[in-house]
Amino acid sequence: MTFFLQNFFNGIMLGGLYALIAVGYSMVYGILRLINFAHGDVMMMGVYFAYYSAVVFSLNPILSFTVAVLGAAALGFLIDRVAYKPLRKAPRISALITAIGVSFFLENLAVVIFGAIPKSFLDVFKDKSILEKTITVADARIPLLTFLVIIVTFAMFSVLFFVVYKTKIGMAMRAIAADIPTTSLMGVNVDNVIGFTFALGSALAAAGGIMWAMRFPNVHPYMGFVPGLKAFIAAVFGGIGSISGAVLGGILLGMIEIFLAAYFPSVMGYRDAFAFIILITVLLVKPSGLLGKKAIEKV
Amino acid sequence: MERKLPKKLNFVLTLLFILFVAFLLYLANEKLDEYVLRVVRLIAIYGVMAVSLNLINGITGIFSLGHAGFILVGAYTSALLTLSPEQKMMSFIIEPIVPWLANVHTDFLTATLAGGALSALFAFLIGWPILRLSGDYLAIASLGFAEVIRIFALNAISITNGPLGLKGIPEYSNIWWCYGWLFVTVIFVASLVNSSYGRALKAIREDRVAAEVMGINVFKHQLISFVVGAFFAGVSGALYAHWLTTIDPRVTTLGPMLTFYVLIMIVLGGLGSISGSLIGAALFAILFEWLRDLEEPFVLFGMRVPGIKGMRTLVISVIFILVMIFWQRGIMGREELTWNNIYRWLKRRGESG
Repeated sequence: MTFFLQNFFNGIMLGGLYALIAVGYSMVYGILRLINFAHGDVMMMGVYFAYYSAVVFSLNPILSFTVAVLGAAALGFLIDRVAYKPLRKAPRISALITAIGVSFFLENLAVVIFGAIPKSFLDVFKDKSILEKTITVADARIPLLTFLVIIVTFAMFSVLFFVVYKTKIGMAMRAIAADIPTTSLMGVNVDNVIGFTFALGSALAAAGGIMWAMRFPNVHPYMGFVPGLKAFIAAVFGGIGSISGAVLGGILLGMIEIFLAAYFPSVMGYRDAFAFIILITVLLVKPSGLLGKKAIEKV
Repeated sequence: MERKLPKKLNFVLTLLFILFVAFLLYLANEKLDEYVLRVVRLIAIYGVMAVSLNLINGITGIFSLGHAGFILVGAYTSALLTLSPEQKMMSFIIEPIVPWLANVHTDFLTATLAGGALSALFAFLIGWPILRLSGDYLAIASLGFAEVIRIFALNAISITNGPLGLKGIPEYSNIWWCYGWLFVTVIFVASLVNSSYGRALKAIREDRVAAEVMGINVFKHQLISFVVGAFFAGVSGALYAHWLTTIDPRVTTLGPMLTFYVLIMIVLGGLGSISGSLIGAALFAILFEWLRDLEEPFVLFGMRVPGIKGMRTLVISVIFILVMIFWQRGIMGREELTWNNIYRWLKRRGESG
C-alpha cells in the first residue's frame, strides 16, 4: 500500500507536468493543425529564464518564476509572429518544417547564450530545506514538492479552463478552432487570438518546465526534447485539439510510466520507449484519441 | 522545335562527366591536404544521406523524421563487423560483448552491405505500422522510432557498449568508397524515380487518394520507397562511422540532430530533386566547415571577439528558417540538373538574348 501510494503521487505529479506541456500542443494543433515542434524548447527557455533571474539577478524564487513564465509567453507570441504567421497559407508540411527549424534554432540559441554545460536548478533556492521536507500519508513519505506541484498544476488548469470557456478571448479561440474564415468575418482579429493562444500555451509549458526542473534539476539546452515529445504523445493519447483530453492523456501517460518502472524495474532504461509504443498503438487503434472528435476526411 | 538531346549524346556526355569527376577526385586525393580531403569525403557521405531522405520525403511525400535511426543502425552494424575481436574485447568494459558478435570480423564492403540490409529490415518492420498514418502524425511516429532505436543503443550495453559507444573504428571511408557509394545511390534512386515505380511515387506525393483511385497500391509503393531509402541511409551510416572513427548514441551525434541536418540539406537543395540534394549536401558540408571560424576568436573592426561555441549551428538554423519562409522551393525546386534541362535553358537564353 505504501509503495503504491508513493508511486501514485509520483504518477499524478509527472502526469500533471506532461499535461501542462501537452495543453500548449493541443491548443495550437486545434487552431492551426500545426505540430509546434518548438514547444518543448520554449519550455527549456522558460527554465533558463527562471534559472538566470534567480541566480544572476538574485530575484527570489517566486518572482523569478513569474518573470520566466511571462518571458516564455512573450517568446511563444514572438515565434508565432516571426516564423509561423508568414506561412499560414503555405502547405501544412512547410509550417511543420519551419517549426522543426525554430526548435533547432532555440536549442542552438540556448547553447550560445547559456552554454552547453548542464546547470543544477537547485541553485535557484538559497534555502534547500524546503525541497527535502516530506509529508507522511498512511506510512508513505511523500515529498512536499510533489504536493506543491500537484496544487499548482491544478490551479493553472482552473485558470486555463476559466479563460477558455468563460472569457471573450476564450470564445474567440474556440471559434477559430472551428472555422477561421467565418470567425474573421465576425470581426475577430484572428492573428491576435492565435498569438494569444501561443502565449498562453508557452506560459503553461514554462510553468510545467520549472516544476520539472525542481524534480529533475539537470538544466541543459536539449532538456525540452524528451518532455516535449512525450507531452505531444499525451496530447494525441487524450485526443489532440481537446484541452480536457490533453489533461487526461498527460495524467494517464505519467501514471503508466511510473507504474511500469515501479513494478518492472528491469526495463527502467527503456522507459522512454514505452511512450512511443503507446503513441503508435493509439494512432493505429483510435487516431482521434480518448476524447477527440472523429474527423471525417472529405475528398 | 525539338528540345531534347539525342539519347546517344546524352549518354556520352554523362560518361564524360563521370570520368571528369573521377579525374578531379583523383587529383584531389593526390594534391589536397588531409583536412580538406576529410570535408570532400564528408560531402559524399552527406550526399548519400540526403538523396536517400529525399527519396522518402521529397519524392514519395512521406514526411519521415526517422533517418538518424536508420543511419545509426548502419553505423553500429558495420562498426561492430569491422572492429577486430581484440579491440571489441578491450572496449567493452561495462559488460562483455555477446559471444555471437565477439569474433565476427569482416571486410568493409560486407560490413557496409550488412549495415544497409539491417537498416532496410528495420524500415520494413517499422513501415508496416507507421505508413498507415498520415502527414504530421507519421513525422512524429518516425521520430519516435528513431528515438527508440537510440534508446536501445544506449541501453543494450552488451551489444552496443551503451553510452561509451564504439571507438577506434578503422578509417576505411576513403574517397573512392565514399564517391563510389554516392554514385551507386544516385544511379539507383534516379533509375527508380524514372521507372513506372517512380511515377507512381510522385503520383502518391501529389494526391494520395487520386493515386489510389487510379489503381496504385499506395502502401506497397510507399513501403518500397521507405525500405530503399533506409538501405542507403544504412550505407551512409556505415561510411559515416568509418569516417568519424568514434560513434556513440548521443542526441548530437547519431540522434535527432543528424536528421535535422539532413533535412536542412534537402530543403536547401529542393524537396524532390536528387541533384538538389547533392548541391544541398555539398553546401551544407562546406558552410559548416567554413563557419567553424565563427567559433574561433576573431578580430572585428579592430576588436577581439572571443569564439562562441555553438555559433555555427545557430547561423545554420537561422538560414534554414529564412529559406523556409522566403524561398520554399530551395535551389533546384523539383527540377533536375540533366543535360536536356541545361540544353533547353541554354537555348532559351540564346533565343531571348
